[in-house]
Amino acid sequence: MRSPLELVVARPGPAFTVTFDDREITVLPGQTIAAALWAAGITSWRTTRGSGEPRGVFCGIGVCFDCLVTVNGRANQRACLVRAEAGDVIRTQEGTGHRGQRQQHG
Amino acid sequence: MAEGSPPHVAVVGAGPAGLAAALAAAARGVRVSLIDSAGEAGGQFYRQPAAALGARRPQVLHHQWRTWERLRVGLAAHVAEGRVTHLTDHHVWFVEGQSDGFTVHALLGPEQERPVAVGADAVLLATGGYEKVLPFPGWTLPGVVTAGGAQAMLKGGLVLPGRTVVVAGTGPLLMPVAAGLAAAGAEVAALVEAADPRTLARHARALAVHPAKLAEGARYAAELARRRVRVHVRHTVVAAHGSERVEAVTVAALDGNGRVRPGSERRIACDTLAVGHGMLPHTDLAEALGCRLDGTGVAVDEEQRTDVPGVWAAGETTGIGGAVLSLAEGRIAGLSIAARLNSRTPDARSYEAAAKARRALREFFAVLDTVYAPPAHWTEQVADDTVVCRCEEVPASAIRQAAGELGAGDVRTVKLLTRAGMGWCQGRMCGPAVAGLAGCEFQPSRRPFARPVPLGVLARAGDTDSADETNDMDDTDHQ
Ligand SMILES: Cc1cc2nc3c(=O)[nH]c(=O)nc-3n(C[C@H](O)[C@H](O)[C@H](O)COP(=O)(O)OP(=O)(O)OC[C@H]3O[C@@H](n4cnc5c(N)ncnc54)[C@H](O)[C@@H]3O)c2cc1C
Ligand code: FES
Repeated sequence: MRSPLELVVARPGPAFTVTFDDREITVLPGQTIAAALWAAGITSWRTTRGSGEPRGVFCGIGVCFDCLVTVNGRANQRACLVRAEAGDVIRTQEGTGHRGQRQQHG
Repeated sequence: MAEGSPPHVAVVGAGPAGLAAALAAAARGVRVSLIDSAGEAGGQFYRQPAAALGARRPQVLHHQWRTWERLRVGLAAHVAEGRVTHLTDHHVWFVEGQSDGFTVHALLGPEQERPVAVGADAVLLATGGYEKVLPFPGWTLPGVVTAGGAQAMLKGGLVLPGRTVVVAGTGPLLMPVAAGLAAAGAEVAALVEAADPRTLARHARALAVHPAKLAEGARYAAELARRRVRVHVRHTVVAAHGSERVEAVTVAALDGNGRVRPGSERRIACDTLAVGHGMLPHTDLAEALGCRLDGTGVAVDEEQRTDVPGVWAAGETTGIGGAVLSLAEGRIAGLSIAARLNSRTPDARSYEAAAKARRALREFFAVLDTVYAPPAHWTEQVADDTVVCRCEEVPASAIRQAAGELGAGDVRTVKLLTRAGMGWCQGRMCGPAVAGLAGCEFQPSRRPFARPVPLGVLARAGDTDSADETNDMDDTDHQ
């Protein structure tokens, strides 16, 4: 199957890894956290405060705040805007993201 | 403005409108700060993959690439000559008007915490728009994304949301999105369009003025046919199904009144639904400056000036009309800014061609607006337990109750009674839906700031009446 990378004849810089809920995933440089998670087949990384429903990207451009995620212990980052960096520790954000945040550092 | 130094305009937004304006103004001796939250210039239409992804042929995901190359080369030349400063990753949350100019307040970087202030003699707002989506059962499931969002993630991150996609809703954006996703390797199971584009033929006069636009539509239609994408016109998605993510959608035919035809429902398996019902202009910065709106967009005159002296607006922030119209408006704004900042009246002949294109395209998009409308009875498909406000998780029943039993007659009252629109996105996503369900008029709600602002930044911004006090900020650029 054709992929977007093949379509544009991409020659990305060296890939690196980040973790998502302790699982290692490979990321291409320049991709946002949302793009990296999509590339790994992950489409939800947040549960809502009220009914705990799963959410991921909705608007894709920073307007809807549905893609909030915890990155390196910091909650409420919009995954569609934040670029992934080598070694990032990315976690599913539950509710407001402030519960148990301390333990998530590093 | 300091004696002898060239006048300075802050252009917010580096999409087609902002770029065209920046180039026109810079070529006429104006110093430009081009400010955008994205890492690369281009806006939504010309969204570029990050440089590190090394795309050799990004143009295959694009249209009107030659125009983009002209813009890109022009921008690079002005930046090299020091006439344009391109400030990337700057999220503007407020533009402050002062007696002698403006201060543009931004937060720096993707995490948006470091404050930055840019001073300027004039401001051009070219912040574009965002997509409108009306709710239906299942629209909060992961895998349901906006059509433009799927396109943005593809163009910017070179990723697909899934393997099998249904593209649905209404509007001219659906065709390029379906074609783009299919070209990039997704199986597009169906394109579901609520309107009937064939009714366009009734508006032959307005359409005839813009053959290029019609040819564009025909090219997309041919491309979709070649890729064997099934196009269902006068159809709508009535529900998305799944538990952890979307697994299928139900689509149905619409009758002549925009009601679902009973018995026409059909299930289509998919792992992604890309959906959109048109676009809305970004008007927060303009509203905070006190600019008048005209409908949902910022009101402007022939020269793209708002009714606030020193503030211009161009592109989709003034009304939805596509990239070519945005370019024309941006060019006119840039020429006007260059003349006005030198206390001259712009020579109308200098922008005759752009003004002609603007007139024809506005007429064309006015026609599109009447053809591409969400199904007239879309609210009938919204179940009582369908979440309408995604941030605050407010179900349709609460909004119906506020409008019915409690008698709320406007969006603001519904918001106070239900919390719909009080969350992170400040009603940007649910505004039109709340208005539709409550049976009241949709009005862009006034938001104090265009972005969420850390309290510490706000506290400090309160102290920054004089330029000196902004020195502790990172990128003070007062003159
Ligand atoms: C997600 C999305 C995808 C789209 N994809 C297509 C497509 O594939 N084909 C098509 O024909 N049309 C597409 N459109 C329509 C498109 O918006 C217009 O055709 C065109 O890009 C409008 O140009 P513009 O210059 O007015 O605004 P835009 O191109 O939207 O540019 C606005 C710029 O302003 C910046 N900005 C906005 N607010 C702020 C702020 N507060 N601070 C700093 N920067 C800010 C944005 O980052 C953006 O770069 C899309 C629209 C959206 C919302
Ligand atoms: S997907 Fe809407 S803010 Fe990220």
